[in-house]
Amino acid sequence: MNTKKLYNYITGRFGEKFGKIIYEFILSTTVSVWFMFLTFPIMVVKVNTIEQTIIWRWKNLIYVALAAFFLSFLWRKALAYKALKAKKDEGTKKSFSLSEGIYSLTESKFYFPSLGALVLIFATIPLFSSLYQTTVLSTALIYVMLGLGLNIVVGLGGLLNLGYVAFYIVGAYSYAMLNTHFGLSFWIALPIGALLSTLFGILLAFPILRLRGDYLAIVTLAFAEITRLVLQNEGDIFGGPSGINNIAAPSFFGLQFGLSGKTILMYYIILIMTVFTIFVIFRLENSRIGRAWQALREDEIATKSMGINVPLTKLTSFALGATWAGFAGVLFSAKTAFINPDSFTIWESVIILCFVVLGGMGSILGVSLAALILYILPESLRAFAQYRMLVYGISLVLMMIFRQGGIIDVKRKHYKLPDNI
Amino acid sequence: MTHVLEVNNLSKHFGGLKAVDDVSLKVERNQIVALIGPNGAGKTTFFNCVTGMYKPTSGEIFIPSEAYRDKNITGEGHRTKAIQGLNPHVITECGIARTFQNIRLFQNMTVLENIMIGRHCRLSTGIIGAIFRTKKSRLEESELVHDSHEILKKIGLEKYANEFAKNLPYGAQRKLEIARALATDPFLLLLDEPAAGMNPQETKELDGLIVRLRDSEDLSILLIEHDMNLVMSLAENIYVMDYGKLIAQGTPQQIKSDKKVIEAYLGEEIDA
Repeated sequence: MNTKKLYNYITGRFGEKFGKIIYEFILSTTVSVWFMFLTFPIMVVKVNTIEQTIIWRWKNLIYVALAAFFLSFLWRKALAYKALKAKKDEGTKKSFSLSEGIYSLTESKFYFPSLGALVLIFATIPLFSSLYQTTVLSTALIYVMLGLGLNIVVGLGGLLNLGYVAFYIVGAYSYAMLNTHFGLSFWIALPIGALLSTLFGILLAFPILRLRGDYLAIVTLAFAEITRLVLQNEGDIFGGPSGINNIAAPSFFGLQFGLSGKTILMYYIILIMTVFTIFVIFRLENSRIGRAWQALREDEIATKSMGINVPLTKLTSFALGATWAGFAGVLFSAKTAFINPDSFTIWESVIILCFVVLGGMGSILGVSLAALILYILPESLRAFAQYRMLVYGISLVLMMIFRQGGIIDVKRKHYKLPDNI
Repeated sequence: MTHVLEVNNLSKHFGGLKAVDDVSLKVERNQIVALIGPNGAGKTTFFNCVTGMYKPTSGEIFIPSEAYRDKNITGEGHRTKAIQGLNPHVITECGIARTFQNIRLFQNMTVLENIMIGRHCRLSTGIIGAIFRTKKSRLEESELVHDSHEILKKIGLEKYANEFAKNLPYGAQRKLEIARALATDPFLLLLDEPAAGMNPQETKELDGLIVRLRDSEDLSILLIEHDMNLVMSLAENIYVMDYGKLIAQGTPQQIKSDKKVIEAYLGEEIDA
């Protein structure tokens, strides 16, 4: 019997109001029983292999039952609310939303002052926070850069790249090796690392220009793993599993810093690079080339017929995405002073992709926010660190159900007719 | 008279299937030419060959070379350019634009942005220009917005400028496809079933629009269409395809009474 029929039957028998309560009760009870059954082996049964006894934790069963009962109720309410909201939006198109609000801010005169204030807040943070907090924030900002870089490829270009970490590796190792082998300073290595990463992106892009969707994802995934495994197994050049250590921290006009000075300097360098990243991507997004990327994401065949050179467009998207990974890689190795292949597993790519998807594909602010929140939140909840991945998973699932566009979905730019022509 | 499109003996084979088989076709300047035929006759494949989506198996496609496309110079004979087998974006740059049978708009972008993408091949701002927002790129961008608005006005879609393309009514989406094709500055427009799914009122409007565009934009138009009223009233010259082959060619009057065409559409008459 489907739920609709059940609902009609019950309300028919018990009346609209009372029947609805009974109906909800039946649904929640069903879910609750189902969950008791599902979680029975892990929540109730506990086998002690040493004493060869089984402990029956019946108390847990009650918790599961109650939680499932109320959560399923909440769940249905949330779904109903979502449907209601979608209906309302269709009618009026004017219900307030976060992205709408932010969009109207960018149009108003408060836009630049508020941007300035935001930068100022970030600039003053190291003055009154502990060294640990500054370090965490530095890492978070590196992830913001990575997220924004991947956003060019996935969010704007629509090319699913699961091997983004490969370019991060190129950046990180190029500084590490240039510094330890040739003694090159951070400031020289920064552009070189980005350039190498870009070249790497172009090299990879050539064979995959014809691929799309799943095939592209698989190839990039394999590529990232190959890169990592080469590093891991090539001990003479890349240091193998033990990596490269003693990477010099950036200098600043020959000044000598202590540990805290170095950390704060690093923070400012990363902050400046992040602002630079945002600036460049903001400019690119609504430019001729940015529109071509987005067209590519929407419809490749139509893009072709609009006179856009599709292979070249894909290439630029891939290469520019790689550039920011290169920058982030150099910053990362300068910040940690020690790198090894374990820092660059496939998991990193997945997390960065999560930032892009959760933040809202193609939305600069959304991706930055998602990277900051999703990195800092688990850090500040160290006590619950083991649930970090659980939170990730749950938030991803909830997001995909209730907010498909991400935290901040993209609002298209409204062009005003210029009056000077 | 000058030809803006001359296709000689074009063939496209997919394995053993001859989707387009030895088709020759000419479009004259400012002419509206229709390509008709039953479903699966190879009309869209023919379009795809002309626009570079497919590489033709054999045959030649000529367009007038740039210098002779101008109104005052009438190009003849060898002042032509072969475009068969070129990449689609190069062909669009040459001045051939198309629309699609099943609407292919950039759904999640605004109507204006759709037009702006159409102008892509006529602009030159690169990555550096976009990042530093040079004087040249700023000028180009404001001109682009202006031009795109003009194109929308011409088609009558300016009230939708900031709507998502996917939210437009069906008829307007069809029109937007034409507008987007116009944005590439073509001299030849290929329309793949522009009236598909439209009601008679919308079809009539489309009829007017196509004629108006032909006159005001100095366009030549080649269209695939199943709506015979539209074809008969618009086209000056009709080509009929069936099973990849050209079976008839002529004015609407000639086509109407052509025995082969009637057979292709209605089946052969069997004497009982």
